[in-house]
Amino acid sequence: MKQTNMLPRLLTYIGMLVLVMLAVLPFVWMLSTSLKSQEYILSATPQLIPDPITFESYTKLAERIDLTRVIFNSLFVAVIGTFGQLVVASMAAYAFSRIDWRGRDTVFLLYLSTMMVPAVVLVIPQFILIRSFDWMNSYAALIVPSLFSAFGTFLLRQTFKTIPKDFEEAAFVDGANHFVIFWRIDLPLVKPALATLAVFGFMGLWNSYLWPLFVARRDEMMTLPVVLATLQAGPRSLTEWNMIMAGAIITVLPILLIYVFAQRWFVQGFISSGIKG
Amino acid sequence: MNERCYGMSHLNQRSKWGWVIFFLAPSLLGLMIFIVLPILSSLWYAFHDWNLLSPPRFNELDNFKELLADDRFWRALQYTLMFIVAYVPPVFVLGLALAIFLNQKIRGMIVVRTATFLPVVASWVVVSLIWKWLFNPSYGLVNIGLGAVGVEGPAWLFEPNTALYAMVITSIWKDVGYIALLYLGGLQSISQTYYEAAEIDGASRWASIRYITLPLLSPTMFFVLITLLINYFQMFEQVWLMPMRDSAADRQLEVVVTEVVNNAFRYNRMGYASAMSWVLFAIIFFITFIQLRLQKRWVYYETD
Repeated sequence: MKQTNMLPRLLTYIGMLVLVMLAVLPFVWMLSTSLKSQEYILSATPQLIPDPITFESYTKLAERIDLTRVIFNSLFVAVIGTFGQLVVASMAAYAFSRIDWRGRDTVFLLYLSTMMVPAVVLVIPQFILIRSFDWMNSYAALIVPSLFSAFGTFLLRQTFKTIPKDFEEAAFVDGANHFVIFWRIDLPLVKPALATLAVFGFMGLWNSYLWPLFVARRDEMMTLPVVLATLQAGPRSLTEWNMIMAGAIITVLPILLIYVFAQRWFVQGFISSGIKG
Repeated sequence: MNERCYGMSHLNQRSKWGWVIFFLAPSLLGLMIFIVLPILSSLWYAFHDWNLLSPPRFNELDNFKELLADDRFWRALQYTLMFIVAYVPPVFVLGLALAIFLNQKIRGMIVVRTATFLPVVASWVVVSLIWKWLFNPSYGLVNIGLGAVGVEGPAWLFEPNTALYAMVITSIWKDVGYIALLYLGGLQSISQTYYEAAEIDGASRWASIRYITLPLLSPTMFFVLITLLINYFQMFEQVWLMPMRDSAADRQLEVVVTEVVNNAFRYNRMGYASAMSWVLFAIIFFITFIQLRLQKRWVYYETD
């Protein structure tokens, strides 16, 4: 290596450090705030590492809301919803890629065109529909409308199409039917796409706010983001930022951990979610 | 046309259609009930007056006429546009810069990539609240930091104009990793041979960015721009959660989606809110269409 390469190298390392700090510092500050007591928060000389460290904001949060219930709601909705999305999308993707039938591509295009409609157009009529089903404040309301997004079908269809037909033809000759082919041959071959869809679906449901805000109005049906947003105090009382940040930690930690350990599936999901346009 | 099926199954068309129905039933049924039917009924509501209590009353184009004269709607649209004007250019450029930076093959870059993507996976509610706390005028880290360099920070989330900038900064922080990821895909598809040839010809680093990277990246840029516009005409959580309650910012700062939500869920004006949501859809559709037409002018597609 030439000596002249040293300076740009050094600048790059400094840039890397700055970027990591910018990205992480707000999260660190959230954690730090959640571990302080109220009088240390309202101080003009901020401490990054709290002294003393206290968990009182977490205790306060647990007194204020039914934490186990809310965490259960979020987890239940995200897990069952993700599973449902995988079932619905993989079956549809199979019909749109591995069976030849007249009109298939036209139906698929119509199917995809529903993705163009923005969420804000759907939220009102879906709310009215859920109300007429008497599904308000139910898990069904939180889960079922999310199962039919065309995105998952689109993603899995792309992947199914890459499987060579020879695999299936051999199985057909052996007398296998479409369900066996789907279940035993095709699904195992698209595991990476399924994983992508799973983490992506989980993230969407876990982070979702606009929809649960309106269909889960009773305390015992709320999910983490909805509860978190209600913790802000009114204009006259003091907002307890340590408690809000404690709630924020509980809301964000699971998804950040999943992200760190399943990074590549996330990245894939974001790339393909972009492609859908 | 006689479609050929695999193996033996072409002998039995009826069973083939049975399988098609079997595999498509859950998704098509669900799509009909939870997507298509709502789209159609929303269109129907848009021409009705309905408060959820009395039966819907057909009111021709009244909702749309009222919309045109509604100051709150125009202000919401104006704030949406102001937000987009303040937010899109910086995130477009910073996202590209970040992508070029992340694309270097240097040990430890994976850590930077992971870190800059953390805000992308965090929920908007969490991000809004973290930054609401950071922008607290007296105890927030932002103003404490500004104070340390002798600048007196504004009352960020209390006033509409400063609140807008606070939300723009928050949104850039949350999204820049995602935009960089979209660009990275484009960068990695550019063949290394161009750069090697440029290096042999003695081109500087900047020249190869200017004459190789940027033109070959223009399809990605176009795509990024469309994505940003589509997403930000629909922005909601930041505006819903960040302004301080009962402040001037809270009273004035509305964007189109928060206005739709206010009308639907605060004032129970389902018809009017539906009409507004369709106008937003039309705007998004129109802009995407214009963009697609204009792309020929500046997007360079490689042909070989």
